[in-house]
Amino acid sequence: MKQDNSDVITIRDLYKSFGDNKVLNGVNFDLHQGENAVVLGKSGSGKSVLIKCIIGLLKPDSGSITVLGNNVTELDTASLDKMRVKVGFLFQSNALYDSMTVRDNLEFPLRRHWIKTEKSKMTDLVMEALTNVGLPHTIDMMPVELSGGMRKRIALARTLILKPDIILYDEPTTGLDSITGKEISHLIVDIQKKYNTSSIIISHDINCVRIVANRVVMLIDGKCHASGTYEELENSTDNKVKQFFEQ
Amino acid sequence: MIKNIFIEVGLIARFTGRFFRELFKPRFEFGEFLRQCYFIGNKSLPLVAITAFIMGLVITIQSRPTLVEFGAEAWLPKMISVSLVREIAPVITALICAGKIGSGIGAELGSMKVTEQIDAMDVSGTNPYKFLVVTRVMATIFMIPILAILADGVSLYGGYLGANMHETVSWSLFWNQVFNTLHYADIIPSILKTFFFGFVIGIIGCYKGFNSANGTEGVGQSANSAVVVSSLLVFVIDLLAVQITDVLHLN
Repeated sequence: MKQDNSDVITIRDLYKSFGDNKVLNGVNFDLHQGENAVVLGKSGSGKSVLIKCIIGLLKPDSGSITVLGNNVTELDTASLDKMRVKVGFLFQSNALYDSMTVRDNLEFPLRRHWIKTEKSKMTDLVMEALTNVGLPHTIDMMPVELSGGMRKRIALARTLILKPDIILYDEPTTGLDSITGKEISHLIVDIQKKYNTSSIIISHDINCVRIVANRVVMLIDGKCHASGTYEELENSTDNKVKQFFEQ
Repeated sequence: MIKNIFIEVGLIARFTGRFFRELFKPRFEFGEFLRQCYFIGNKSLPLVAITAFIMGLVITIQSRPTLVEFGAEAWLPKMISVSLVREIAPVITALICAGKIGSGIGAELGSMKVTEQIDAMDVSGTNPYKFLVVTRVMATIFMIPILAILADGVSLYGGYLGANMHETVSWSLFWNQVFNTLHYADIIPSILKTFFFGFVIGIIGCYKGFNSANGTEGVGQSANSAVVVSSLLVFVIDLLAVQITDVLHLN
């Protein structure tokens, strides 16, 4: 497989095992500029492992991951931090810092990435990110005071604050009711349109997949088994693919 | 079982080695260090003070009858000052801190681990080991000696009140006897060992929290084993300290 110039992420022959458990078994995948690619697969199929390898939280056993021209597996800590400014990550559990207010949660990435910003400018950036997710009034609240959907939005605002080129979403609608899940899915599409971001979305939620996906990739047996638009895969005759759409 | 103990010791040693490697590397998280000092010192102070006061009072009341039997009642301030300052106040402070601070660190970091907050820090360009572990361990190293010195003072005050329960001992007589009895050889080793107590409480709490697994159940286990292991190590360090001071003829 050749790397296209419009690809922001290129993964080749990626292998990752935990003990005897082979999770990723030769994954090949490309994320094109400006697209939302959903990775669909059973629980334990390695979807989260895949995006954690992309962001450098897990080290693959072999294979290459190129993100915006950087080979992630060969980057040192400083270069990895530099690359992470351009790649946002929305955690499944939101991962908001319990001991900090919403403002501090959002300012944290700005401060840590050594972005020298005046206090007033920083507040503007925080407010802009919160307005994007529709929660400007929560700025001085603690995460514990927020509902599940609000926390997800705040986590998304924190991801957006560095204005990343790529966003990796780890099951963004898990644990939310269908209405809130739908709102989050539409928010993902709005962000893509507004900031022209490229995203990988890990999801089980077919409703979310239908709303956000420009392309769906099926991860089965540690490999990308099928790829196509939602409609293409929904009408697939492959039994392994069909079972996901028969829910 | 024995193999597991050796594996655990090896992992703790590796974790400790990383602490010393990260300690001298920039960036220094001074703000977080001060925040942790405030939490550790401020939140443990009332508990340490009350326990030290009660220990001083109880030791004095219980020691008195034996000394009276030998007609050595006048030695009460001397005896309690040595036992409180050399042994009881530092060890009680360390055990309380192992219970309160060690479990708190274990649970906090364990919960951060299972809710992916530590990964989120990594993604935000922060070295979570430096931000969470180095600051907490340094805070326990600095704050536990201070708490132990305060516990020395409060427990001696408890001893003074205890000595006055059955007879009148003047304020100046009591404190003169205390300070005439205590030498640098009593005070310095007892303070020095509290730095090591602080180190083991911090490092074990962080190790257990940082390596927490199995969800919320794992968080509870981390907090629990942080207390057990750090309390045990406090006694081991105390035993070593006694042996060292004995070899140096400081006992």
